Amino acid sequence: MKDFRYIDGAAILRLDREACIGCGNCVTVCPHRIFRLEDNKAAVIDPDGCMECGACATNCPVAAIYVNPDDGCGCAALIINRWLSRITGKTVSGCNC
Amino acid sequence: MPLVSTTLTWRDHLGTIGARSGYYRSNYKVIPGLYGIGRPGLDSPVLVTANYKLSFDALRQVLPGIDAWILVVDTRGINVWCAAGKKTFSTDEVAYQVKSTRLAEIVRHRELILPQLAAVGVAAGRLRKACGFNGIFGPIQAKDIPTYLHRNRQADEAMRTVTFNTGERAVLIPVEICLLWKPFLAATAVLFLLSGIGPEVYSLSAAGTRGIQALIASLLAVLAGAVLTPLLLPWIPSRQFWLKGALVGGLTAMTAMAALLPTTWTADLPAAIALVLWAASVASYLAMNFTGSTPYTSLSGVGLEMRRGLAFQLGGTTLALGLWIWSAFA
Repeated sequence: MKDFRYIDGAAILRLDREACIGCGNCVTVCPHRIFRLEDNKAAVIDPDGCMECGACATNCPVAAIYVNPDDGCGCAALIINRWLSRITGKTVSGCNC
Repeated sequence: MPLVSTTLTWRDHLGTIGARSGYYRSNYKVIPGLYGIGRPGLDSPVLVTANYKLSFDALRQVLPGIDAWILVVDTRGINVWCAAGKKTFSTDEVAYQVKSTRLAEIVRHRELILPQLAAVGVAAGRLRKACGFNGIFGPIQAKDIPTYLHRNRQADEAMRTVTFNTGERAVLIPVEICLLWKPFLAATAVLFLLSGIGPEVYSLSAAGTRGIQALIASLLAVLAGAVLTPLLLPWIPSRQFWLKGALVGGLTAMTAMAALLPTTWTADLPAAIALVLWAASVASYLAMNFTGSTPYTSLSGVGLEMRRGLAFQLGGTTLALGLWIWSAFA
């Protein structure tokens, strides 16, 4: 996936190295291979490769990883619906994906 | 226990076309539960998947010569990754299917092989407590499962890295187009209406001749935003999708109009600019919407680029329609 890069500095991903126990789950599940174990603790080696899928956070046994929790596939139609719902106060039905 | 084949029939292939074209994509399901492949026994591996039939077919198709169990969880007919994102492919749902199929009485081991992309919704470490089985993450793609099993549950970096090659992008195009027909018809109706406005207040013949030009521009926009942008994605400049779409849309409209409507280009520059601007704006929106289909765009990033993208698209469309009407009087 090195040939596809998205906007740098956009993804919200925080790793608490103090809390990390070095289990390596995040290294295993990340589909963009942005983690590595360094000194028996996880390290983010490619923060801009993150697409905020949240697999690492879901599988972290000590909740040491925070990823932008807004779920959704990230298509423009869904985000527009969300913005509109904030104005109108209606709930979003989601998109078709 | 239903045994299923590893060969797809013509009906399966027909079904794939129906789902890929969006015709019944949201209702293409397999009944959740346990299925057998080959001659599965007490020690056969258990592979977990979603109940979207395309996911199920992709999995069983790669298993000729392998004895295995397939545990299909209820994801409401959504594929593995999207279902995990929506948390329908979850720890609890996997545990529920393990219990309701009484898997513990069917196999001797206590291991579930999960698709790696299910990790978004399934915390493998919590499965043991929830259902007595250990969850391990297999490769991302079903096609790598035979190698993965053969190598004693070892997935290499390539198997764990998501890809987005030309073929994987191309299969997404039909749905992008088929979901468009409603807004496309609405836009076409508006364009034909606006095209009739002119010095004689309203002219039906102008609505026809100019309307067709506008329709061609819309078709070019769809071609640019929903076909060319996905296909040429890695080679189009800029990382932001709205800009990719605007570039491809503008260029496609300019070149195609030079070929198809050469007289408009030379005789009526404002009209030509209006059509190019329209195509660029529409293609920009379609390309921006494609972020939802890619496996590498973060939601935060999409939110960022959408502020700029929408400003361009709204501004561009307004200007294009204004110019289009004005050009009828000029």
